[in-house]
Amino acid sequence: MFKKEKIKLGPKIRPDRQKVRYFDHAATTYLAPRVVKAMEPYWSEKFGNPSALYAKGREAKAAIDQARAQVAQIFNCSPGEIIFEGSGTESDNHALIGTALANKARGNHIITSTIEHHAVLHALGFLETQGFEVTYLPVDRDGLIKLAELEKAIRPETILVSIMLANNEIGTVQPIKEISAVIKSAGQPIMFHTDACQAAGFYELDVASLGVDLMTVNGSKIYGPKGTGVLYVKKGTAIQPYIHGGGQENGRRAGTENVAGIVGLATALELVQAEKEQENERLLKLRSKLIDGLLKIPKVVLNGHPEKRLPNNVNVTIKDIEGEAMLLHLDEYGIAASTGSACTSGSLEPSHVILALGHPYEMAHGSIRFSLGHSNTAADIDFLLKVFPPIIEKLRAMSPVKLGE
Amino acid sequence: MSLFNIFKKTKGQTSEPQSVDSTIDGRTADGSDWVYSDEVRRHFFEPQNFTTKTPADYNGLGMVGSPACGDMMKIWLTIDPKTERIRDFKWQTFGCASAIASTSMLSVMVTENGGRTVDEALQIKPTDIIDRLSGLPDRKIHCSVLGDKALQAAVNDYFRRTRQEQRMKPEGSRVIDRQLNITDKDIEKAVVDGARTLEAVQAKTKVGTGDRGCLAEVEDLIRFYVEKYYG
Repeated sequence: MFKKEKIKLGPKIRPDRQKVRYFDHAATTYLAPRVVKAMEPYWSEKFGNPSALYAKGREAKAAIDQARAQVAQIFNCSPGEIIFEGSGTESDNHALIGTALANKARGNHIITSTIEHHAVLHALGFLETQGFEVTYLPVDRDGLIKLAELEKAIRPETILVSIMLANNEIGTVQPIKEISAVIKSAGQPIMFHTDACQAAGFYELDVASLGVDLMTVNGSKIYGPKGTGVLYVKKGTAIQPYIHGGGQENGRRAGTENVAGIVGLATALELVQAEKEQENERLLKLRSKLIDGLLKIPKVVLNGHPEKRLPNNVNVTIKDIEGEAMLLHLDEYGIAASTGSACTSGSLEPSHVILALGHPYEMAHGSIRFSLGHSNTAADIDFLLKVFPPIIEKLRAMSPVKLGE
Repeated sequence: MSLFNIFKKTKGQTSEPQSVDSTIDGRTADGSDWVYSDEVRRHFFEPQNFTTKTPADYNGLGMVGSPACGDMMKIWLTIDPKTERIRDFKWQTFGCASAIASTSMLSVMVTENGGRTVDEALQIKPTDIIDRLSGLPDRKIHCSVLGDKALQAAVNDYFRRTRQEQRMKPEGSRVIDRQLNITDKDIEKAVVDGARTLEAVQAKTKVGTGDRGCLAEVEDLIRFYVEKYYG
């Protein structure tokens, strides 16, 4: 009597039984083979503690020294200005909490943006409990901060500004040099930190040219190992340790050094920096292909700046449907992506970045990010653009929500 | 007690959801909660009884949630007025896998074996849906609650259409904390969102922070809703 409507999406193949097409490079990357190879001797062979005086210790120490020199060359700074950390999050925390506490006598005001990574936002939230005041600069529809608002936000007691180089969700790239110029023209010593984790694989990291006093990069977004980070601290910047213990990293970051990780991070950074022009060009083509294809689907909106965005970032909102449902369908086809929907978050709050763009909640729930990288080819994009539209169509058919164009 | 037990989660004593990083790069602190049961997967990938268009002969319509909240559900019931059996349950849902699977499962539970009567259908609790789905992650429990509410709303609509207003269950709420104007619905929502203790509910609602006289009643309500949704 009643006809049952069923959704048919073709044969379902579990992702573990088919080729995985990885579109989540902004979440983390696999290691480049050369990185794995560079790290290999430091697990069992050159395992010594770098603080030890004997030969086994000295060879580990030499590896760290070399890694530090490699990173310093890329950052165009001196090796003494490099601190190896346990992750990008740790580096962000160290940069902010370490400098804020060390400079408390000068002032208690910090400026940041509303779309920073949680490693920055929550570290600043902690500082707010310690007597610091934080100004959160809003962003425009494309995710850019306004320089005039930054200028207005600076107070006599401002000691620190932290603005990310490129956003992890929407890929918007901030004008770091111009931000630095505004800060430096304030006529008072204000430290400037940038979280460059997402940008490190694509742009110059010359700290002098960027005009930053502190910069965070991590290994796991650049085909390097997880659990590694690096913080640049300009000579003369007062900073307290964040991890207390032994005298490693010149007394600024305690704990026996992650030698293999440090070697891997430095190797990865060299690799992505050496190949960035060529790889950016390749990724830009793939990015355009994907964005063009997605925007042909009705009621799809691009989140983030159309041009000032990372060459590997695609973030769109698919109206009327929810992100987790899309991800699980895509996963059936071996496609890995991310969403800003609340349904995938522990706090049940949707993406603070999409909301900060001035979009309503339903835009965040329906947002999906594809972040490209080494493994992606034009064929991957073709496959994605083939399987995604029917998924959208089916989920929309099931949805009672019908938003306007 | 062994030292190690401190870190073990015992049954019925689930920890509060941690304030963890949300959004794209964040996952839950322990990375768990991510494996859906096969039954959830089945109903998600092959949802039963959903409709793409308004059914012709329904006589009870219920709609709850909103896209802004991340979940929205619309259901159409076709009830035989003589037997009061629910002959058909059609639905549309905006939401995650849990929301879609919960609605699909509820539609099956209501219509299987010739269909439940209206009164029988209203006996279905969110925990019954979750059981039939072989469980849902803790923080997805609100998805099953939505189905429960949509069903009640659709049955209310049927009562309205059939001039049986006296059988309608009021959707209204009762003010518990007069100072902050917090209702029993607010407390219910806090529990559904994962708060199981007075402290956790206060962290979400601030209930009783000014009007301490209502605390005893608040604790009663928390016990009631915890039992209802997690019991």
